[in-house]
Amino acid sequence: MIRLAVVGLGKMGLSHHSMINAHPRVTVAAVCDAAGYVLDVLNKYTGINTYTDFDAMLAEVELDAVIIATPSSMHGKMVRAALEKNLHVFCEKPFVLDTAEGEELTRLAQQKGLVNQVGYHCRFVGAFQEVKRLMDANALGEVTHMLAETYGPVVLKPKGSTWRTQRSEGGGCLYDYAAHPLNLLTWYFGAPRGVGGSVLNKIYSADTDDEVFSTLYFEGGKSAQLSVNWSDESYRKMSTKITIWGKNGRIYADRQEVQVYLRDAEGAPPGYQTGWNVRYTTELTEPVDFYLRGEEYSSQLDYFVRCIEAGSGSDNVNSFAASVETDRTISMLIADAEKGPSVLASDALPVAQKRKKGFFFGGR
Amino acid sequence: MDRLLFGDNQFFGVNHMSEEKARAQAMRFQDIKAIIGVLDNAYDEGVRSFMCTTHDRIAQVCEHMRANPERYKDFQFMPCMPYAHKYANAVTEDGMLGALRRFMPDEGFLNAAMRGGMSLARKDIEGITTLLIDAEMKMFAGLNTPVIFLQNVVVDLLLGLGFKEAFRIFADHVKKRYNAEPGFITMNLPRLLDVLEEQGIENPIVCSNINKIGFRMSGGFEAYERALRERKFRAIAMSVFASGAIAPKEAIEWVCKQPNIESIVFGASSRGNIRSTRELVDQHWPVAENA
Repeated sequence: MIRLAVVGLGKMGLSHHSMINAHPRVTVAAVCDAAGYVLDVLNKYTGINTYTDFDAMLAEVELDAVIIATPSSMHGKMVRAALEKNLHVFCEKPFVLDTAEGEELTRLAQQKGLVNQVGYHCRFVGAFQEVKRLMDANALGEVTHMLAETYGPVVLKPKGSTWRTQRSEGGGCLYDYAAHPLNLLTWYFGAPRGVGGSVLNKIYSADTDDEVFSTLYFEGGKSAQLSVNWSDESYRKMSTKITIWGKNGRIYADRQEVQVYLRDAEGAPPGYQTGWNVRYTTELTEPVDFYLRGEEYSSQLDYFVRCIEAGSGSDNVNSFAASVETDRTISMLIADAEKGPSVLASDALPVAQKRKKGFFFGGR
Repeated sequence: MDRLLFGDNQFFGVNHMSEEKARAQAMRFQDIKAIIGVLDNAYDEGVRSFMCTTHDRIAQVCEHMRANPERYKDFQFMPCMPYAHKYANAVTEDGMLGALRRFMPDEGFLNAAMRGGMSLARKDIEGITTLLIDAEMKMFAGLNTPVIFLQNVVVDLLLGLGFKEAFRIFADHVKKRYNAEPGFITMNLPRLLDVLEEQGIENPIVCSNINKIGFRMSGGFEAYERALRERKFRAIAMSVFASGAIAPKEAIEWVCKQPNIESIVFGASSRGNIRSTRELVDQHWPVAENA
């Protein structure tokens, strides 16, 4: 049995608690939250051991692992304390707001050989895993461009103030929403070498961004466009989609399905044919033992448990190292957005080179 | 319960197969008349029980039914609560207490406020839970609601947390106040049955995915088969077609062969599809066997 504690009982923390508590090989030994009220209700009705003080919990409870689901600004301190106590750590995204701190924590976890994972659940969505499989098989040939989008209805009026509406706390559309498609981009393409044309725009929020756009530049001339908006009521819930263009075709994927057009199916995984191929979530999704809100949430936690059992620290999916790549990309976007447009309408533009007219129409 | 229950996913842009299709449906059912048109089709095909989320738009359907009692005299609502998005949004906008106040039932503000306020102070979930149930039931006043369901998001959250008493509180209140049967929707059938039994909820109505390919039958296909064979509960099969992954005939033929299923809930957007599902069920599930 793995003895585990859940820290932070907000929207994510509570559902993590429910899912991991249902895991047959895990005992939730304690939960910790700053708000005593939720803790008291949970303790009264489920008998769970509760703490409002994280350090006291670490000192008093025998643990093997923690799930940290507090606001991102608190991650760094808590992750460090847990690692120093030799605990395996599952931390919610985004990992840490300061990239240098993220790198330090990555080193610490690796040094100690502890399992370290961040909750980028998209990497556990069957459809996005299928895209990874296709990319690894080089099914599209040379890739030229990718479009990563996420839309949903989170902030729909200028009201309400929680940590999610403060960028300094790790809230906002960039940290909360855009982190997911960025994480998929770095999974498929590696870390970008640069970004440009980034826009972090407010729609309703006073203290943070509600829409995010950017161009990402990757090695080998590949580029990607990011388009994210969490104030879009036309979406019923958060919806992430990926489109990839290569010389041999195109892939489109969202949580429900993968649509693949291949000019030539040679080299693609078995079952793929030239022309259109569609795979649905019903065939791409591995069943889970306990379902709460999408298989990916259960399976990322089950994966964390399996990594602990296998003693395989550090080379897991969504490791701290991989997540620091996403965090760094986020920081690049913030820095880029502050610069504004790279060319202004008032700037002097280079004079277009006149082509020499050939004889009749021949010159090009 | 009727053998065939009509679901409402198609009306609200929920489609587990394709976002494009979900959006097309949301557009088509933008007008409440389009929803009522399909419900009329179902009613005229003999599908008279409507398992519906307590979505704001369902209130409009309720008004229509109340205004035409003769036309819909055999129509049954089976409310599924809560409509979780409604609460999430309200809490973000008005805070916990403001949201509770917004959902107070009509029985008198003072009484409800007492029940809510006192319960909040005492950390007593019974008062809050019953208050919220009453708030959700407001839209169904005067209509026939023989079964009232707790939605899977809540059932499974409570199940995972080990918040077992909540199931009994829900069951008791629904029986006492609405003279209705409590129902539970879950993605984790075998595990839930254990807990309901432990809470003394006998022969419960439980709705879960039951389909030939085992899609979202968490706890495993075999555990579901065993539960259907051996456990005492009233099973409703949903996601019988696994979002379209199984051909209708094959799906219905298989589910009708499973033991102890009392009802099938399905969604459809046209009279043709409603009729063909009903015909398949008539063909593969003779009435005598189900009596």
